[in-house]
Amino acid sequence: MERSIYLDNSATTYTDPEVLEEMLPYFGQVYGNASSQHFFGRDALKAVDAARERVAKAIGCKPSEVYFTSGGTESDNWAIKGIAYAHADKGKHIITSVIEHPAVIKTCNALEKEGYEVTYLPVSNEGIISLDELEKAIRKDTVLITIMTANNEMGAIQPIREIGAIAKKHSVVFHTDAVQAVGNLPIDVVKDNIDLLSMSGHKFYGPKGVGVLYKRNGLKIARFMDGGEQERNLRASTINTPAIVGLGKAIEIAVANMQKNNERIAKLRDYFVSQVLEKIDDIYYNGPKDTAKRLPNNANFSFEYIEGESILMHLDMAGIAVSSGSACSSGSLEPSYVLLSIGVPIEVAHGSIRFSFGKNNTKEEVDYTVEQLVKTVKILRELSPLVKIIKGEDKYV
Amino acid sequence: MYNDKVKEAFANPKNVGYIEDADGVGKVGNAACGDIMEISLKIKDDVIVDAKFRTFGCAAAIATSSTATEMVKGMTVDKALELKNSQVVEELEGLPPQKIHCSVLAEEAIKAAIEDYKSKKK
Repeated sequence: MERSIYLDNSATTYTDPEVLEEMLPYFGQVYGNASSQHFFGRDALKAVDAARERVAKAIGCKPSEVYFTSGGTESDNWAIKGIAYAHADKGKHIITSVIEHPAVIKTCNALEKEGYEVTYLPVSNEGIISLDELEKAIRKDTVLITIMTANNEMGAIQPIREIGAIAKKHSVVFHTDAVQAVGNLPIDVVKDNIDLLSMSGHKFYGPKGVGVLYKRNGLKIARFMDGGEQERNLRASTINTPAIVGLGKAIEIAVANMQKNNERIAKLRDYFVSQVLEKIDDIYYNGPKDTAKRLPNNANFSFEYIEGESILMHLDMAGIAVSSGSACSSGSLEPSYVLLSIGVPIEVAHGSIRFSFGKNNTKEEVDYTVEQLVKTVKILRELSPLVKIIKGEDKYV
Repeated sequence: MYNDKVKEAFANPKNVGYIEDADGVGKVGNAACGDIMEISLKIKDDVIVDAKFRTFGCAAAIATSSTATEMVKGMTVDKALELKNSQVVEELEGLPPQKIHCSVLAEEAIKAAIEDYKSKKK
């Protein structure tokens, strides 16, 4: 039997059939432009408004604070550049961390070229920033702190509420990239002191190509796209009604089932991790060991002496889909900067695999994956000239 | 991204291992870059009679190691010195552009092994 096991849920999830069903009318009968004044438009707008309310309810904000975008990357770009530009009179300093998603890091890099200064906070060997270091990094000209809620590679959860409190105390705007967190972790933007938050629909069983930027009312931000007056004249572009409807339905389902799904997924993940640690030697379990500080769906391992893409390809041939932190999968020469930041040695970081679980994975799938992984690691280590070198038994060195 | 020939060479590589009484050994690449290739050769009367490899690297690195060792078996050392990475790529019916460096590594490993042999012979 051909296997097809999906353990890459942090890359994307399938669109829930219930979500898809809710979206379908908005490709067909209700095709109006939500900005049109006639009844076609009004029907579409009604659906968009309902989705906005669902999002607001899910993260504890007002519907007027929800801005629909094309996805997590746009939300991150808009939040960071929009705040930097709108508050440039106060200063040009931004604080972020070394383990942010490229959508944040590269945006900060781009601002540096425009004369902004960026502090990239280091993280502990479990991938968590230090609140002391954060507070020390704040300057008079700091306009923005942008720290992710949870890391996409090794699942570390940041102390968002405390970060928000520090930002508030110093009157600095706080943005969080919550793309991996929404649907997996409870979020309350008011209690968590969050000024701006990015999310992406396809990470929680919604459609691709749609995201949200939450922005606290009253906070000044520069427009991201020029054009029409959509999204309270801040984000031009025709409203993507079907996708927005889908995101709204998806977040509602995700929040309603969060606890139940998380318990099941975390149990499966913990079982997987314990099996792997028991059956395979010479590996690093990357990221927080304390499950309270880690996304319930994430497991990340580095397998010594072998390379990640080879592991990925063997698992792929066995019908298991995972993702690799190795340079070879991305075409770059450096392995994952996130793993290097938490102190994984460079040669070991090349052999890293992320397993991200979803709501449909089963224990039987985990057992099969462990079995195939053990086999793969054995095959590749037999091929590797490193095994003996590192263990000091190589007579040819 | 890989064609069937590359996948086959990766999944069922030939000539895996190390020749204990090798006449020439070449090792190229480094662990920090994520690629190490080691090729050992058994040579009789300047003809390569056996070739084995051990590789730390991606699927393309393993596939090119396997293919290159297959190709040089039976060749004279001088002929093997002329082996170009493009011939290895051709034998594999193509590699993704970002993986061409793996075939270069295979060429270099063969050359290093032969040079090791020649230096020992002197």
